[in-house]
Amino acid sequence: MNINPLASAPHAHDGDSVSRLMGFVLLALLPATLYGVVLFGWPALNLLAVTVLACLLCEAGCLWLAGRAVRLGMLDGSALLTGVLLALSLPPWAPWWIGVIGGGFAIVVGKQVFGGTGQNVFNPAMLARVMLLVSFPVEMTTWLEPRPWFSGSAPSFLEGWAITLGHSAMTDGVTGATILGHVRTELGLNHPIEQILPGHYQPALAAVGWTGGSLGETSAVLILLGGLWLMWRRAITWHIPVAMLSTMLVLASSLYWVHPERFADPLLHLLSGSLMLGAFFIATDPVTSPITPGGQVVFGIGCGVLVYIIRTWGGYPEGVAFAVVLMNATTPLIDHYLRPRIYGRTWRGQPRPIPLRGKSHDA
Amino acid sequence: MRLHDFRGGVHPPGQKHLSAARAIESLPMPPRLYLPLQQHAGGPALPIVTVGQRVGKGELLAQAQGATSAPLHAPTSGTIMAIGEFTAPHPSGLPLPTITLEADGAERWIEREPPSDPFSLSPVEVAVRVGAAGIVGMGGANFPSAVKLDKARQAGVHTLVINGAECEPYMSCDDRLMRERATDIVDGIAIMLHAVQAPRALIAIENNKPEAIEAMRTACRSDTRIEVLSLPSRYPAGSAKQLIQWLTGLETPAGGRGTDTGLLVHNVGTAYAVHRALRYGQPLISRIVTVSGGAVAEPRNLEVPLGALAADLFAYCGGVGEDCVRLLMGGPMMGQPLPCAETPVIKGTNGVLALTLAEVGEHHSSPCIRCGHCVEACPMGLLPVEMANSARREDWSGIQALGLSDCMACGSCAYSCPSHIPLLQYFAFARGQLAEQRREESKAKKIRMLMEQRQARFARQEQAKAEAAAQRQAAKKQRTVVAVEDDD
Repeated sequence: MNINPLASAPHAHDGDSVSRLMGFVLLALLPATLYGVVLFGWPALNLLAVTVLACLLCEAGCLWLAGRAVRLGMLDGSALLTGVLLALSLPPWAPWWIGVIGGGFAIVVGKQVFGGTGQNVFNPAMLARVMLLVSFPVEMTTWLEPRPWFSGSAPSFLEGWAITLGHSAMTDGVTGATILGHVRTELGLNHPIEQILPGHYQPALAAVGWTGGSLGETSAVLILLGGLWLMWRRAITWHIPVAMLSTMLVLASSLYWVHPERFADPLLHLLSGSLMLGAFFIATDPVTSPITPGGQVVFGIGCGVLVYIIRTWGGYPEGVAFAVVLMNATTPLIDHYLRPRIYGRTWRGQPRPIPLRGKSHDA
Repeated sequence: MRLHDFRGGVHPPGQKHLSAARAIESLPMPPRLYLPLQQHAGGPALPIVTVGQRVGKGELLAQAQGATSAPLHAPTSGTIMAIGEFTAPHPSGLPLPTITLEADGAERWIEREPPSDPFSLSPVEVAVRVGAAGIVGMGGANFPSAVKLDKARQAGVHTLVINGAECEPYMSCDDRLMRERATDIVDGIAIMLHAVQAPRALIAIENNKPEAIEAMRTACRSDTRIEVLSLPSRYPAGSAKQLIQWLTGLETPAGGRGTDTGLLVHNVGTAYAVHRALRYGQPLISRIVTVSGGAVAEPRNLEVPLGALAADLFAYCGGVGEDCVRLLMGGPMMGQPLPCAETPVIKGTNGVLALTLAEVGEHHSSPCIRCGHCVEACPMGLLPVEMANSARREDWSGIQALGLSDCMACGSCAYSCPSHIPLLQYFAFARGQLAEQRREESKAKKIRMLMEQRQARFARQEQAKAEAAAQRQAAKKQRTVVAVEDDD
């Protein structure tokens, strides 16, 4: 019997841990990840592996340099999650160095220079995605139509590595725009929506994910299911996803209602691009989002508004990464102003007045 | 009656099944009892016995000192062996002044004088008798009950709330008491209603104790003033502040008292003790204690004389296994870790636990990921994560501004922290530092006052000297003038 008399209460715990939370998120991402890999073949798997590996190595290196416990730091699973999230947001046939540079940037600049897990201001994966998009616009916007694993058009294992290593001619002539990119280009040429969409967009296919796009972002349904499961497991709360998606829905519906030929319909907005992944898996990153439920709602609304603005009037067809990173910057401010009211105190922190006496309460 | 709600809270596994099924048993009188003089909030009791003196069961050993204090009585007949220091259930683990009583096994009661009818006494007299019986809050707060009754009557409370929530995991002593001695408790409640002159009482019990709810409902059926309420089980429902909020929707104002809301909260054990004191003239000399935990061979509820050692209780329950990693007095959420099992049971001890590693759930803490679970769990609406950050930065005014004084250390935050950050330890540290700061400040103020007084004294002396000198000068001048005049 070896008792510790100095232990602090409580002497019980609900059994939750950081690695368990990260594990839940990874598990929830699994269907969308597998789907993306099947849809885009060997190069997608290679890119996923390279990106994750880069993240893990950089994390280990930084922990070692900082003189921290490397094994313990790696076990929380946050670097693994960053790697997976980044890979899912990349074009599936992007060359290996995109994954390595992105992964390294996410971990070293996005996280470790701030002090490691829990200290970063911006979501590391989204910071890396923004950096890659700004620095390597060609590689980051080279999309292709689905080429499922066992179909004739899929690259073989060797061809897959040739694509990942950037030595393949297969990438030529396969590129097309994502639906958001296409809508944006065509609207820029003053073509009305009803002429733009046919042949490029079918809501059912977009929901299932049978379309061109980032590695793991195409299937809105699988991501939604994963996100709902996360809520059910209480790994995330409803506040951010619901606020973000409903803001998006309200904005897209109202503008579509006013001017249907100039603005894409709300369903297209919800089903395409990174919105679902962003709402359930990226904006909900606990480290970079507000800590109070009220703050999380404000944060979600902000993300939704920014995504819509960027998609509709900004310089890029997709704005989830920019929106999340911008809102990350406001998190400290939101946390400062939106606080719960303390029991027995007014919102201003003064003791509440003594309630009226002599009156028996409702019974 | 419509229940309101309180914010936050957690749902720790009850673990009450370990001990709740077994009826209360009496612990055989241990050979020696150790009675700390400080078993209550306020001033320690003052011993009035001497070493070697023989005392009867229920005899006064130490009297209350000051307005907020409680006397101490002999739990059995025997001989006073020592009045000295002994390990006490106190956070510091430091010994406290303690009376050691050796039992003679005769259980010889002193002459008792119960009133023929407690309701013929004036409310003040009832409170005086409650105070003289040494009764303090049995839920663990240890506040002298008589003081609470008096203040509540003066404040004119309209409802007496009897707290049978027992929200701490493992604890089942109140559950057993309510199941087995419901009529006695209801009698105690009636006496307390008389003492505070309140028109009604509510008995609040968590719905994980259906037998207790049933027993209490049956016992108070004839008294229309008393109502039993079943509460949803959620920690910390048994905290007075949350209980008041749950029942009325009102909040105790910060820095105020529960009675500000018109309610007075007392524990069921206190009601039972009041019944014993006013019906049989018995002072508070024993209580029901839950002995439980994964490392205890046969968990159960015992009726224990005050001053029995936790070790005596564990021994009666089959001993503590080798897998025990923590000994606690009280529940796992707010209980006090014990340095050793040789620590006495006091008036507020609702349980002693021996927990295994699996139950304690200890874990290395990892960096905070700002998940907000602590904010969600806090029943007081605080930001534990920010408070811990302030404590880490040693920003003591910052942590005060965040509401450290409103924290009641219920532990909901640390219980639900996935990073296993010892949040309560940070808060306790900050409290210690702030207390130290206040001590330093009052010391500095005193020194400054003494310095000022000294300077004023010097100034007065200087002035007196100057005046004396001036007088002398004047007298001399006068003499000279007189002399000159004489010369003329």
